[in-house]
Amino acid sequence: MLGYYFIIAVAIIASLLLTRKVLQHKILLVLFNGLQWSLTLYMCFHLHSEELGYFTADATAIIMLIVLSILATTSSFHSIYYLQHHHQRHATPQHAQAIYYAALCILIMAQTGAFLSSHIAVTWIFIELTTFSAAILIYHERKEDAVEATWKYLFVCSVALTLAFTGILFLSISAQASGTIDLSYRSLVNHAATFNPSWLKLSFLLILVGYSAKMGLFPMHTVCVDAHTVAPPPISAFISTTLMNVGFVAIFRMYSIIASTSILIWANHVLILAGTLSVFVAVVYLMQVHHFKRMFAYSSLENMGLVAIGLGVGGIGYYAVFLHLIFHSFTKASMFYQIQQVHHIYKSYLIKNTGNYFKYYLPGAVVILLSFISITGIPPSGMFFSEFMMFRALFEHQYYILLIIVLILLSFTIWALGRNFFRLVFSTPEDLDESRLDQGDPVQSISQYVLLGLVIYLGFNPPSQMVALINEAIKNLPF
Amino acid sequence: MLAVQGFLLFLLAFIQLVNVTILNLVFILLETLVFKTIALPLFINYIIRKNKITRETEPFVSYFISLLIITAAIIGSFILVQQIQGLGYDTLFFVVALSTLFLGLYVIISRGKLLTHIMGYVVLENGVFILSLAVGNEMPMMVNTGILIDIFVSVLVMGIFINKIGDVFNNSDTQAISQMKD
Repeated sequence: MLGYYFIIAVAIIASLLLTRKVLQHKILLVLFNGLQWSLTLYMCFHLHSEELGYFTADATAIIMLIVLSILATTSSFHSIYYLQHHHQRHATPQHAQAIYYAALCILIMAQTGAFLSSHIAVTWIFIELTTFSAAILIYHERKEDAVEATWKYLFVCSVALTLAFTGILFLSISAQASGTIDLSYRSLVNHAATFNPSWLKLSFLLILVGYSAKMGLFPMHTVCVDAHTVAPPPISAFISTTLMNVGFVAIFRMYSIIASTSILIWANHVLILAGTLSVFVAVVYLMQVHHFKRMFAYSSLENMGLVAIGLGVGGIGYYAVFLHLIFHSFTKASMFYQIQQVHHIYKSYLIKNTGNYFKYYLPGAVVILLSFISITGIPPSGMFFSEFMMFRALFEHQYYILLIIVLILLSFTIWALGRNFFRLVFSTPEDLDESRLDQGDPVQSISQYVLLGLVIYLGFNPPSQMVALINEAIKNLPF
Repeated sequence: MLAVQGFLLFLLAFIQLVNVTILNLVFILLETLVFKTIALPLFINYIIRKNKITRETEPFVSYFISLLIITAAIIGSFILVQQIQGLGYDTLFFVVALSTLFLGLYVIISRGKLLTHIMGYVVLENGVFILSLAVGNEMPMMVNTGILIDIFVSVLVMGIFINKIGDVFNNSDTQAISQMKD
């Protein structure tokens, strides 16, 4: 099935590049989404099936694949709107649209491959592929800052991934020394206990630093932030959610390898350190940010920091990490979709140019309020449950000082996010020319209601299949 | 300089490979000789001519200090490899690989031209290649091909991007692209 998926996907991408008609592009995009969903459903019913030798549909992959497919559908939908509006104002050439759609399909395909791959180097190949396709999409608006951000994204990600590859080579050294030649995850997990600890430490560090560029974690988070600022909003929604999940899955699989070795405690401390620094950096920048998309980017950094802490603490933290990633994906994506409409109305992403959103566009203002509640983890949001579980894990494992630090930092984020969100929704801006404002289109807000509704529903009432999948994904980790 | 490095890599790989299949030989030949020795330097030359990039006159760090740092890095990798020996590998390979990695990273950090950054990236990749030779390369064929294509595309896309930056800013230094900050 996966073989057919790749063949058909490549065919769709090629025909996207060859056609020039907008209608044909849309039809092909719908076809691609259909393909994505049929693959996802097929994989759901064939858990643990092996495909093409290098791909396995394990529980981690399935969870992330479902999130990816949901967001792929909404992002495609919003991309069509985005290109229409952008086309009206800037007269983008037809081939730029074709390239946009093709790169979007490549990005979705590469992420699917990265989730499903069961060989450590195959994961790397697909992650490198996401870099190129994301870079093309970031560059779409073709302005000066787009050039700058794309260059940084491309170059820093490439160097970071080279570091990650060095980490993979070190891992294969330690594997070889103990007689393991096969570098698939299953064989690595089974034999990890016999590996040389110092090589393993080195390779874990390199892989963590390398993939942190994708996950948006502390040492390499800057590229993601710049990329968000200029990328089209539906693409920002991708970079900030599913692409971060890709980075997480890559790090998580490495973590599962070392989970049965003697360096687990050391690795936990590294993760907690990276996570705490991420949260700290995010809070510092959130206090002084003046651009909505940068603000969201720093909020993603903060959430990924929480995820790293949760992974490092362990226990119920493992479960919370997956829950948090799912809810964060849905919430952050809907924030980016909504900011696209804010930009459509105010023609600006700067916080100081906006205000009184309730008056100009009621459905959007409600979305903004809901997503504020959701992202800051105020009940009834699902993120409340995941964050609560993380704090419980911190408490149970006696990280009291860390718990207090994280809670203080989090209250600062709530204050910073709240200030800017409420400014957008309630305050009356000075010198705002009402005649220049555009009308919002309520159809575009539907997807955000669905996603935010999902966050609340899944938080209160998690379906038993989802719980089973998450427990399956973390069953090999020590509690 | 890169062409020479590519050719040396080819020789190294050729000497190292004693018992290989024909497929693997073709692959190594393609990677080192065709790609790293011929295609890449030609491509970089093309970018230099198109954007009229001049040789760097004022590096951030003076040449003498750079030389000292690189020497220190090479000595450091010797010491590092001595520390972690006992794995049954050719230690010289490791020293060369590690110092090439450091050199690539150092070039990227210390220079202001974007093109030099790409060259630093290529040096970094060469270091990774030597390392994979030292490891004895256990990756399956498919995986190897994928990695090769990825690296090729990355250099290609970056080169095209330098052209774009040259067009937009009339300048391809790092100073040109530091507008974005909070």
